[in-house]
Amino acid sequence: MNGKDVQSLTAIVVCIIAAACFPFIADGYWMSIGVTAMMYMALATSWALFSGPTHYISLATAAFFGIGGYLVGTGMSDYDLSFWLMMAISAVVATVLAALIGLATLRLSGVYFVIFTLGLAEMIRNLVSWVQNNFLGSRGLYVLTDFTDADIYWMLLTVAAAVYLLGWLINRSRLGFALRIIGNDETVARHVGINTAWSKVLLFMTTGFFAAIVGAIIAPRYSYIEPNLVFKPELSFLVVIMALLGGAHRLWGPIVGVIPFTLLWEAISISFPNYTTLLLGLAFLLIVYFIPRGLIGLIEDLVERSRA
Amino acid sequence: MTTGSPLLTVRNVTKRFGGLVAVNDMTFDVKEHEVMGIIGPNGSGKTTMMNLISGALPVTSGAIDMRGHLLSQAPTHEIARLGVARTFQLVRVLPGLSVIENVMAGAVFGHRRRWGNEARFFAEALLERIGLGAHRHQPVSSLTYIDQKRLEIARALAGEPAVLLLDEWLAGLNPTELQIGMDLVASLRGEGRTVILVEHVMDAIRSLCDRCVVMNSGRKIAEGAPEDVLSDAEVIRAYLGDE
Ligand SMILES: Nc1ncnc2c1ncn2[C@@H]1O[C@H](COP(=O)(O)OP(=O)(O)OP(=O)(O)O)[C@@H](O)[C@H]1O
Ligand SMILES: [Mg+2]
Repeated sequence: MNGKDVQSLTAIVVCIIAAACFPFIADGYWMSIGVTAMMYMALATSWALFSGPTHYISLATAAFFGIGGYLVGTGMSDYDLSFWLMMAISAVVATVLAALIGLATLRLSGVYFVIFTLGLAEMIRNLVSWVQNNFLGSRGLYVLTDFTDADIYWMLLTVAAAVYLLGWLINRSRLGFALRIIGNDETVARHVGINTAWSKVLLFMTTGFFAAIVGAIIAPRYSYIEPNLVFKPELSFLVVIMALLGGAHRLWGPIVGVIPFTLLWEAISISFPNYTTLLLGLAFLLIVYFIPRGLIGLIEDLVERSRA
Repeated sequence: MTTGSPLLTVRNVTKRFGGLVAVNDMTFDVKEHEVMGIIGPNGSGKTTMMNLISGALPVTSGAIDMRGHLLSQAPTHEIARLGVARTFQLVRVLPGLSVIENVMAGAVFGHRRRWGNEARFFAEALLERIGLGAHRHQPVSSLTYIDQKRLEIARALAGEPAVLLLDEWLAGLNPTELQIGMDLVASLRGEGRTVILVEHVMDAIRSLCDRCVVMNSGRKIAEGAPEDVLSDAEVIRAYLGDE
C-alpha cells in the first residue's frame, strides 16, 4: 500500500460514513428515495465490475435481482423460512445461473451478448411466472418483516460498500488488469496468456451474486411479490443507463450517475407514468450518443483540454 | 549460432476450412536457439500454420508438441503460458492502454510471470531496449506504424517466451525502418532466442534464418538452408507460377 492507496481508502470510508448518516436527517419521502438510490448504487456498481472493463453490456440484472426477490417471497410466504436463509439461497442460485449464462455466452460478443442476456432474463421471468400461476397458486407472495426503510437502506449500503471495496481490490489485481486487456482485444488477451473465459465468468458471477442479494434485501419493501414485478426488465435498462451516465470505466462512475438519474426517474414516473418506457429509451440514446464516456468522461476530457 | 535439440515438433498437421485445406499434412521441427523461416506465396497457409501453433485456431488433425506438452490440444492461453508468444500479421496493440501497460500485459500473464513493480521495471527495460523508452506513458494511438510493431514485439518478449512467432513483422516498413527491424531480429537471434519468422522479404530470410520451410497451397515443398531452398526449382516455380 502506498500513500495514494491510503488516501483513496480514507475517501471511501468517509463517503460510507456520510452515507450511513443519511437516515438521521431524511424524512419519510427522502428516505424512500434514498433506499431506491442506494439500491441502484449497489446494482450499477456491481454491474460495472464486469461490464465496465470488458464492454460486455449485460441486460440480465433483472433476472438475478428477481431471483433474490422471488425466492425471499416464496420462501417466507409459502415455506415459513427465514429472510436470511432465503437471501443466502437466492445468492447461490443467482451465482450458479450467472455461471451458466457466462459459459453459454462465451462465444458471443457485442450486440449478440446484449440480446442473449435480455432474452434469457425475459425467458426466466416468463418461466417463473408460469410456474407460479399454474402450480403454486396465482396469489401474491407476502414478505413480512419488521425492517424499516432505514434498516433496508443500511443493508443496501453495506452491500454497495462491499461491492465497491471488492471492485477496488480487483482493479489493483491481475484479474482487473486482465479484464481491461479483454475489453481492448480478447484475441490478444488469450495470446498473452489470459484465461479469458474464467475471468469473464468469474466477474459475471460476482455481478449475479450481488444483484440477487440486493433483490432479496429490497423484497420486504414491496407489499407483495409477483414474478412480473421483481423480474421487470426495466430494472436492467435503468442499471445500464445509470452506470453509463456516470461512466462505467471508473469504479465510482456509476455512483455519479445514480443520484441524478434516480431523481429524474422519480420525477418522470410521477409526471409521465404512461411514457416511462419511451423516456427510458430516449435517455439511453441521448447518453450513448452525447456522453459515451459518461459524466466522468466529460469531466476528464475538460480537465485534459484545460491542461493542453 | 549453434542450435540445439528440437523445441517444437509439428507432425502431420492439417487444417481445413470447410472444403479448403489451408494447411496440408505439415511436418517440421524447430530447434532450440534457431531462427526458422516459413516462406511461400500469398495464401499458401503460413499465417494459418502460425495460428495453429499459437492456438488461435484448432488443428483439424495432427500434433504440435513443445517440450512434451501437446500444444495442439491446449487452449490459447495455456499455449502462451507454456512459452509461445506471437505478433500478428495485422498489428494488434491494445488501444486503451498506455505503451508501458501494453508491454506489461505480456509480462504479467506470459510464460515467466511478473507482477507489480517487477513487471513494470521489466517492461521499462524492454521498451528501452526496443527504442520506445521515451514513449512509455503515451497512449498507443500516438505511435507510428513501426513503433506499434515494435510495441507488439516488446509485448511478445515480455513473457520471456520459449519461442517467438513473427508473422510478417517486417512488412510495410520503409527501407530505413526495415533495416532497424532486421537489426532487431538479428539481435534476438544473437541472444539465442528461438524464433519462427514468416516473411516475404527475402533479404531478411537470407540474413536472419538458419533454416527455412517453404509452403505452397498448404504443403511443405522444401526445407533447408535459405540459399539452398531459394535456388530450388520447385520453389522458384511456386513463386513465379507454372509458365
Ligand atoms: N479463418 C479462415 N477461414 C477460412 N479460410 C481461411 C481462414 N484463414 C485463412 N483462410 C484461407 O486459408 C488459406 C491460407 O491463408 P493464410 O492466411 O494462412 O495464407 P498466408 O500464407 O499467410 O498468406 P499471406 O502471405 O497473404 O499472408 C487462404 O486461402 C485463406 O483464404
Ligand atoms: Mg499471412
